[in-house]
Amino acid sequence: MTEATATRNPARPQPAGPIWLRYAAPLAFDPLAARMIPWFFGAAAILALAGLYVGFFVAPTDATQGEVYRVIFIHVPAAWMSMFIYLVMAGWAAIGLIFNTRLSAMMASALAPTGAMFTFLALWTGALWGKPTWGTWWVWDARLTSELILLFLYIGFIALQAAIEDPRRADRAGAVLAIVGVVNVPIIYFSVRWWNTLHQGASVNLTSAPKMATTMLLGMLIMAVACWMYSIAAALWRLRSIIAEREFGFDVEAP
Amino acid sequence: MWRALQGVFSRDLALAWRQRSDVLSTLVFFVMVVSLFPLGLGPEPATLRAVAPGVLWVAAMLASMLSLARLFAGDHADGTLEQLLLAPQPLTYLVLAKITAHWVASGLPLTLLAPLLGVQFDMSGADIAILTASLAVGTPVLSLVGAVGAALTVGLRGAGVLVPLLVLPLCIPVLIFGTGAVDAAASGAGPGPHFSILGAMLGLALAGAPLASAAALRISLD
Amino acid sequence: MSLQPPLLSASDLDCRRGRRRLFHGVSLALGAGCALLVTGRNGSGKTTLLRTLCGLTRPERGEIAWRGRSIRSHRDEYNAELLYLGHANALKDDLTAEENLANAMAIGGGEGAGEARRALADLGLEACAGLPAKSLSQGQRRRVALARLWLSRARPLWVLDEPFVALDAESSEMLRQLLERHLDDGGALVFTTHQDITLAPDRLQQLRLGA
Repeated sequence: MTEATATRNPARPQPAGPIWLRYAAPLAFDPLAARMIPWFFGAAAILALAGLYVGFFVAPTDATQGEVYRVIFIHVPAAWMSMFIYLVMAGWAAIGLIFNTRLSAMMASALAPTGAMFTFLALWTGALWGKPTWGTWWVWDARLTSELILLFLYIGFIALQAAIEDPRRADRAGAVLAIVGVVNVPIIYFSVRWWNTLHQGASVNLTSAPKMATTMLLGMLIMAVACWMYSIAAALWRLRSIIAEREFGFDVEAP
Repeated sequence: MWRALQGVFSRDLALAWRQRSDVLSTLVFFVMVVSLFPLGLGPEPATLRAVAPGVLWVAAMLASMLSLARLFAGDHADGTLEQLLLAPQPLTYLVLAKITAHWVASGLPLTLLAPLLGVQFDMSGADIAILTASLAVGTPVLSLVGAVGAALTVGLRGAGVLVPLLVLPLCIPVLIFGTGAVDAAASGAGPGPHFSILGAMLGLALAGAPLASAAALRISLD
Repeated sequence: MSLQPPLLSASDLDCRRGRRRLFHGVSLALGAGCALLVTGRNGSGKTTLLRTLCGLTRPERGEIAWRGRSIRSHRDEYNAELLYLGHANALKDDLTAEENLANAMAIGGGEGAGEARRALADLGLEACAGLPAKSLSQGQRRRVALARLWLSRARPLWVLDEPFVALDAESSEMLRQLLERHLDDGGALVFTTHQDITLAPDRLQQLRLGA
């Protein structure tokens, strides 16, 4: 019985060919990813520090909401990222499905948990904001409800891929689900907004953030870019472990 | 090609009839779930009247999710699904024929049963009519979107619980506008726009779901 | 030796199941009137190869062509000329034998939907025609499934996975003669079997997997 030796350095194909295809093979991309990860983590850390500094020390105190509103500097960027990552994830999955490439599909799978994390963070910080402001831990406003549904979509994607043993089937099935999801997301968002205005009028609305001073906007943007850098780093990290799991020790011949 | 579509459609209907107990179980589940709510919320007629559209719609969604297991699983087990993939006709249309037969055997009976349950909740006649109409337009969308979920999970071990997990979030807009139509009619605002949107969703589902399901079936049977 | 281009050709097929590579570098060319017998141990990938040739399974690498055109881009046309019978009988338990056969012909695009009863009678299954499939024996079910072959003579390519399983001697002989006739008519055949079946050796190729 031949043992599959999963080492970190098997005979690796040297990257060759036009630049955009050179790193298309997972094994060729792996060392490139390894080099990029520390830079993205570093960028994320620096920007996060800058953003939080702006958010907590530079931005003025809000007239109506006091200091509590500062959670917006995490809540809004997290919500933005949760939506953005879903789009990117669906995009990579679609490319993997159409062009039958493995790396794109792995990237989609790598992004999903990070996207789910941001969705959860948005929900959690939304609750933290809601309690002092509106007196309740949860509020069925349009954004929070949409985020909740988005969390369900992420969980569905992850659950589907987890339930399928064959990695290629998991890739392709996840891609179909992600594409159907991405088409649905605007519909869901629109429906939930409509539902919210109908049932609650204009009273409870977490999205009625304090009038944006320039510094507040700046703080949120810096935090958003920080989250973006973090997402790339985390996704590449997870991608490397997916590559290790799937590509190394492959070609095990039947005994 | 028409003969092939008819073949698929009539076969599924014949099977649904001969396996009547499965269909009836779904309907009984629907009735049971609806009956749970008064037991849980209290029998106060005003409360029940207020929650009726939502309760009936949610119960219909859950019952549909249950019945989706039937859509491809049986065919997968006995090898008929493979033959469908090898037919000379485009799989998209064959799948649409299957979904239609499935709706006739599950969504349609649910819709026809709804008025009786609406009476249980002391809904007015007009409201019942609007609710039934909303179900008539909405349950096909549930079948269509559900088919994509069923196709993705064909043959998987946890398919029973996975299908609702995947499909329910995608069906939330149908729920919102289905119940919204009843509320709009009750408040005098007119359910027209809601039905337009439901109709648009049905159109979109008809255009996209059979295609997505066909692609998912080829992936699942790979 | 025929100088016509092969009907079915495959080059450098590589198939995997999960993490296991079943076979690689498999190539074949099948002309009219020729049969290909795929042999190998259990688990060597025979069924997967047949399913790949039908277009059900996507190979990791390699191309399959029917009449010179890729089966993936001409799927409907290929399906119209292909008849595949796998391990499973593809019979619905709650439909009668006749209904099953007629339905299978209608969906498969065959013309013989109205001749189901006659075909069953030819196979000695007249008595079973009106019975639901679940009340038939294994052998009877297999014969009902195979009845499609008798109604699909015009289909050039037959791909049969273990067609002789569960058949008694008489039915096996009937099937063997049908396959010979199919080859005589210029059809092509790909099949697997564990049994000692002798088709005319000069037009029988063998492909052994998992050597």
